[in-house]
Amino acid sequence: MSWDISKMGDWKAEDFPRGAVIPDAGNSRDYVTGGWRSQRPCRDDAKCTQCLLCWIYCPDSAVDVEDEKVTNFNLEHCKGCGVCANQCPSDAITMVPEGCELPEVK
Amino acid sequence: MPTQKTLAVTGNVLVAEAMRQCAPDVMAAYPITPQTTIVEEFAKFVANGRVHTEYVTVESEHSAMSSCVGASAAGARVMTATSSQGLALMWEELFIAAGMRLPIVMANANRALSAPINIHCDHSDIMGARDTGWIILFAENAQEAYDNTIMAVRIAEHPDVMLPVMTTLDGFITTHSIDRAEIMDDDTVKEFVGEYVPEYALLDTDHPVSHGNFAGLGGPYFEFKRSQRNAIDRSAEVIRDVADEWTAICGRPFGMVEGWGMEDAEIAIVAIGSTAGNVRAVARELRAQGVRVGVLKVRCFRPFPFADVADALAGCKAVAVLDRAESFGAEGGPLFLEVRSALYDRTERPAIVNYIYGLGGSDVKLDLLRRVYSDLSDVADGAQVPGRLVYLGAR
Repeated sequence: MSWDISKMGDWKAEDFPRGAVIPDAGNSRDYVTGGWRSQRPCRDDAKCTQCLLCWIYCPDSAVDVEDEKVTNFNLEHCKGCGVCANQCPSDAITMVPEGCELPEVK
Repeated sequence: MPTQKTLAVTGNVLVAEAMRQCAPDVMAAYPITPQTTIVEEFAKFVANGRVHTEYVTVESEHSAMSSCVGASAAGARVMTATSSQGLALMWEELFIAAGMRLPIVMANANRALSAPINIHCDHSDIMGARDTGWIILFAENAQEAYDNTIMAVRIAEHPDVMLPVMTTLDGFITTHSIDRAEIMDDDTVKEFVGEYVPEYALLDTDHPVSHGNFAGLGGPYFEFKRSQRNAIDRSAEVIRDVADEWTAICGRPFGMVEGWGMEDAEIAIVAIGSTAGNVRAVARELRAQGVRVGVLKVRCFRPFPFADVADALAGCKAVAVLDRAESFGAEGGPLFLEVRSALYDRTERPAIVNYIYGLGGSDVKLDLLRRVYSDLSDVADGAQVPGRLVYLGAR
């Protein structure tokens, strides 16, 4: 099934599935949780060896990978914890404070 | 054809039999004191192959109720039992079971809470759980504990309800005393409770769902609580309907409240649990002497049957409410607060006195109950109410 929550803001108490159940799978990506981040990861493509350790370690699965290569950070879900930057063996990831001039993310 | 057999058994054995007949898929329980012998008896049924239940022994009641929550969310019919400190340790999960709308059925042997250490009959444990969102039924004797357990399954799993139910019986007085009771044949109970078909089951991988979700940060937590309130309000009708259906099979009546002599009573005692029987014994004695006394037993504490209580008591001159639990610092004990509140909207209201009695298993002698009726007679005749709250028989 596909759970349509587009009008959830108008739902009354009895419209919600009983007991706060989510009656569908695979929809947690629709829930944007990156809002409390105070710093974001910034990857230097020149230093990156595509070892994918950041993808393995990210506790939020917020490292996007295509064809076995890191393409981007999913900032809708990244919490800015810095685990990726800390684990990166090539120092290719730096944490940049939010709200500052940001270098272009490649 | 329903067939019943008369047994001489303890309340715990009978509740275990009821649970076996309801055939839960999972029972998770802490197997050491303050656990009741209910799960000990049930463990024997499992060991002897008389019931095919996944019997999980865990390291605490906190874990017992956690396991019950998980198993119920997975789609299983789940039952357990506890008592006293065990129920207290389950506190956090009791709210979770109700909030997740999981139809778990649990028996509680009503016993005192520490400190000081005491293991005897008292309603402090169960009254601590009165606001957890569980439906709470009180049994007067082993028979009622048996019947309530079977009815609880139907109530909990009813689509209009889907809430956990606690069936309680008084510690030692009902749990450990041998009582005469009727047990229904297995097939009749099996047919009565039917098969549980969960709507949202974690193990139903063709229809994946997620349980235990977040509803904060402006989310609909408030609305979920409202629908929980609607469900427990709706449960009153279901509790009555299920009782009528079970009465038609077993021949025993079950009210939300059960009155004795209330039709023309001038003075009445409200009680829950085993003490209702003691009160009735004294009431019979006084009726024989021509005193118009009544007894009102409250069988269902949550949802509280406000209208039934008020209807039964409104015509009385003086009413005593017996509480086997404290609500320290409140106007009175938990039952008193409900009964007094039930009468507030009535224009005709009896004088009402709260008696705290029997804490920690302190003996409920018939003389104490005679004293209560005698106080009430005085109040009905215009005497002052004997204090806002009376510790009945305490030194």
